[in-house]
Amino acid sequence: MLFHKYASPKVFYALAGQLIPWFAVATLILLGYGLYQGLFVAPPDYQQGESVRIMFIHVPAAWMSMFVYMVMASAGAIGLIWNMRLADMAATASAPIGASFTLLALVTGSLWGKPMWGTWWAWDARLTSELLLFFLYLGFMALQAAIDEPRRAARAGALLALVGMVNIPVIHFSVQWWNTLHQPASVSSINKIGTPAIHPSMLAPLLIMAVAFTVFFATVLLMRMRAEILHRERHTGWVAELVKP
Amino acid sequence: MNWSEFFAMGGYALNVWGSYGMAALVLAFNVLAACRRVKSVRRELEETTRLNQAESE
Repeated sequence: MLFHKYASPKVFYALAGQLIPWFAVATLILLGYGLYQGLFVAPPDYQQGESVRIMFIHVPAAWMSMFVYMVMASAGAIGLIWNMRLADMAATASAPIGASFTLLALVTGSLWGKPMWGTWWAWDARLTSELLLFFLYLGFMALQAAIDEPRRAARAGALLALVGMVNIPVIHFSVQWWNTLHQPASVSSINKIGTPAIHPSMLAPLLIMAVAFTVFFATVLLMRMRAEILHRERHTGWVAELVKP
Repeated sequence: MNWSEFFAMGGYALNVWGSYGMAALVLAFNVLAACRRVKSVRRELEETTRLNQAESE
């Protein structure tokens, strides 16, 4: 079966090596275009002025923090259920990337909150659940680092990631369930005239940056997975063949 | 629009450029950390092959 063929670490290692340069180039093009749109084309907001440009980093970073977590938990579940090594490696490789995007969302949120809300931080539902997400990533990494046996480390990490999945809908709906300082969604909400509550001139850079971050995640994920494959397959013949001087 | 006006960001220079700077740091960190991991695994592998060869000789 094709799926099983690409799920073999050896085949995946070679495939990833071929894909990485293309993904890297796509990331650079998308980032360049997104930055141009966000910094030069998009207008200043009528209420927030130029500070609205923080949105083009903050919102895609926050989306990524949740998306990467879902990738990590799904990969962990696949590894747990079908005993698939490659899925375990994908979960392990996702964690530090997801943690870094979560940190970016928190820091840019703080930099945006200070001029708009008058405070760097508030213990409101959205901010607190996003901080919890950051600690879930750190907990996942610490747990895996503490267990030497790779199978057991993968299993424990996957369980933690799956329990932590509860937090994802909490983050998403926090602005509806509770009375928060954080504003509700503008992209997915539809206003009275039946269009998204965000103008296309601001929606375009937002979406381009989100795609750029996603392709960037794929690039770094593949790089990290290649390292994981070499590390965990180090006793196999094909890896020995590969590093032979 | 001139450049000094652009960099001033309507008085929000620190917040806007701080955010974009942080994004640059996070992206750079991810690439560097991934490269370092690849290198350290490679070094570890070369070490074991060298040891194995020394043993078999």
